[in-house]
Amino acid sequence: MDTYTDIVSLDGLSKSYAEQCVVNNISLSVKQGEYFGLLGPNGAGKTTTLRMLLGMTPPDSGVLNVLGHAIPEQAQQMRCNIGVVPQMDNLDPDFSVIENLRTYASYFGLKPHSAAMQQRIEELLDFANLRAKAEATIESLSGGMKRRLTLARALVNDPQLLILDEPTTGLDPQARQLIWQRLRELKRAGRTLILTTHYMEEAQRLCDRLAIMDHGRIIAEGTPANLIEQHIEPHVIEVYGAGLNKWLDNSTVSSQERVERLGETAFVYSHDEAPLVSELCQIDDLQFLHRRANLEDVFLKLTGRELRE
Amino acid sequence: MNGLTMSPWLRWYPVWLRNVRVWRKLLGPALLGNIGEPLLYLLALGYGLGSFLGDLEGLPYVVFLASGMVCASAMNTASFEGMYSAYTRMAVQDTWIGMLTAPLSIRDVLIAEVIWCGTKSFISVVAILIIAGLLGLVADVRALLVLPIALLLGVCFGSMALVVTAVARNYDFFLYYFTLLITPMLLLSGVFFPISGMPEAVQVGAKLLPLYHAIAMMRPLMIGGVPQDVLLHLSVLIAYTLIAFPLATRLISKRILT
Ligand SMILES: Nc1ncnc2c1ncn2[C@@H]1O[C@H](COP(=O)(O)OP(=O)(O)O)[C@@H](O)[C@H]1O
Ligand SMILES: [Mg+2]
Repeated sequence: MDTYTDIVSLDGLSKSYAEQCVVNNISLSVKQGEYFGLLGPNGAGKTTTLRMLLGMTPPDSGVLNVLGHAIPEQAQQMRCNIGVVPQMDNLDPDFSVIENLRTYASYFGLKPHSAAMQQRIEELLDFANLRAKAEATIESLSGGMKRRLTLARALVNDPQLLILDEPTTGLDPQARQLIWQRLRELKRAGRTLILTTHYMEEAQRLCDRLAIMDHGRIIAEGTPANLIEQHIEPHVIEVYGAGLNKWLDNSTVSSQERVERLGETAFVYSHDEAPLVSELCQIDDLQFLHRRANLEDVFLKLTGRELRE
Repeated sequence: MNGLTMSPWLRWYPVWLRNVRVWRKLLGPALLGNIGEPLLYLLALGYGLGSFLGDLEGLPYVVFLASGMVCASAMNTASFEGMYSAYTRMAVQDTWIGMLTAPLSIRDVLIAEVIWCGTKSFISVVAILIIAGLLGLVADVRALLVLPIALLLGVCFGSMALVVTAVARNYDFFLYYFTLLITPMLLLSGVFFPISGMPEAVQVGAKLLPLYHAIAMMRPLMIGGVPQDVLLHLSVLIAYTLIAFPLATRLISKRILT
C-alpha cells in the first residue's frame, strides 16, 4: 500500500521558456477527495503546470509528487491511475466514439473486449450522454459531445485523480452545465480532481479550494468563500448612467469607498452598503445594481482588468 | 488501484494494433496501391522496356526488375509511413500526445511506429510476391525468405524517416528527404539496372546506403540463388536502425515534451 498524505504536492516548481519565466516558484498540495481549481488568465502558466504534473514537461527546478510517485521519474507508473482531459481535444479521428474508448483502454493494457470492459464502456457512454452516438465519427460530434467523450475516455482506467485543462472553454451554457453535473457526480464517487479554468462560476461551483495564478505565480489561495472574504469588500455596487461623473466628483459617500472604473460603469466596493444605496436612490440620472462580492471581483482585483490575449 | 498491467516489452503492442485497425478500415485503397503500382511497373518497364533490353546479368529484365521492385516498394512504403502518416499523428492529430497521457512513453510509441513501418513493408512485399509469383517471376519457395528482410528494411527506413519527421515543420519538408536521399538511392542501388557499370564513386556511395544491401540479399533469394555476405548486409541495415531510432526518439522527445 502506498503511503502519502497528499494526492498531489508540488514544491518550488519553476519553468522557463527562453527568457520567459512561465511558472515561477509555485508550491501547492491537493488532498484525497478534494476538487482543486487553478484559476488564471490566458498565459498565466496553468497548462504548463499541469504538463509538469503529468511528467510531460520537465521542470527547471522543484519537487513534484503525484499519487506517491516522484515526477517526472515515475510518471509512467503514475499515469496508470489518472485521467486527463487536455485543453485541446485529441480524440482519434480515425475511430468512432466507441472505438475511441476501446483503443484508449488498450493503451492501459486493459482488454477492450473483455466483459468487464464492455460493461464499463457502456456505462461511460451513458455517463457522457453518447449512447446514441456510439458508432458516430468524431468529425460528426459537436464541441460539447467531443468534450464529454474526452472526459469519458479519461475515465476508462477508473482513475483516482482527474486532471482537466479548461474542460468547458468554448462550450455553450447547456453543454457546460452538463459537464458540471457529471463532474459533481464523480465527486460523490470520491475521486480527486484538479481543473484549470478562467470561468469564475465554474470555479465557484465545482471547487473546494482554489489557487489564483498570474504571470507564473500563485497570488492567492483558499476556499472560494475565503478568497472573497480575504481579498475584497463584501458588497459591490455597480453604478452607471449619465450622471456618473458628476456623482463620483461630488459624493462624499463614494469617496470613502474603493471605486474601480470600467468604461461606463463604476464598481464601488463597500463594507457598509446602506448609505450608498440610500444616496443612489435619490439620484435620477443614475442606475445601480447592488450585489454580494463574488470570485470574479477577487479575480479582477488581483489580476487586473486589462485584456489578456 | 491499477498497477502497470503491461510488460514493458509489450507496451508498443496496443499502439501498433491501433495502426493496424486504422489501416484495415482503408484496406481497399491501401491494397490497390500495394498491388497496382508494382504491377504497372512490372508490366510497363519489365515487359515493355525489357523487350528492348534482353537479358541483364543473365536474367530476363522483368525478373531482374521484380526483385528490385520488392526492395524499392518496401523502402517507399516504410518511408511514407514514417513521414507523412507519422507526422500526421505527431503534429496534426496530436495522437501521440493523447497516448502519452496513458502510461506509455514516447519510446513505446515510436517502437510501435517503426514496427508498424516494418509491417507495412512486409505487407507490400507479400503483395508483390503474389503478383510476381503469378507472373512466373519467382524462382522457388526460397523467395519467402525475403519477407523477414522486408520487415527489417521497413524498420530501418521507418527509423530514418522518423528522424526527418522529428525536424519537419510541414509536409513539404519531406520532399527534401525524398529528392536528396530516397530517389537517388532508388536509382543508384540496383533496383532498375546493375550498378556495376556506374563510376566507382557512385558504387561506393551506393554501398554506404542501406537499400543496396537489402537488394544484395533479396535478389538472389528471388531468383533461386544464395545471397553472399549476408552478415555484412544485415549489419548495415541494423546499424542504420540503431543510429536512426535513438536519434529520432531524442529529437521527438525534445520536440513534444518541452
Ligand atoms: N512550449 C513552449 N515554448 C515556449 N513558450 C511556451 C511553451 N508553452 C507555453 N509557453 C508560454 O508560456 C506561457 C504560459 O502558457 P500556458 O501554461 O499555456 O498558460 P495558460 O494555460 O495559463 O493559458 C505563455 O506565455 C506561453 O506562450
Ligand atoms: Mg492553458
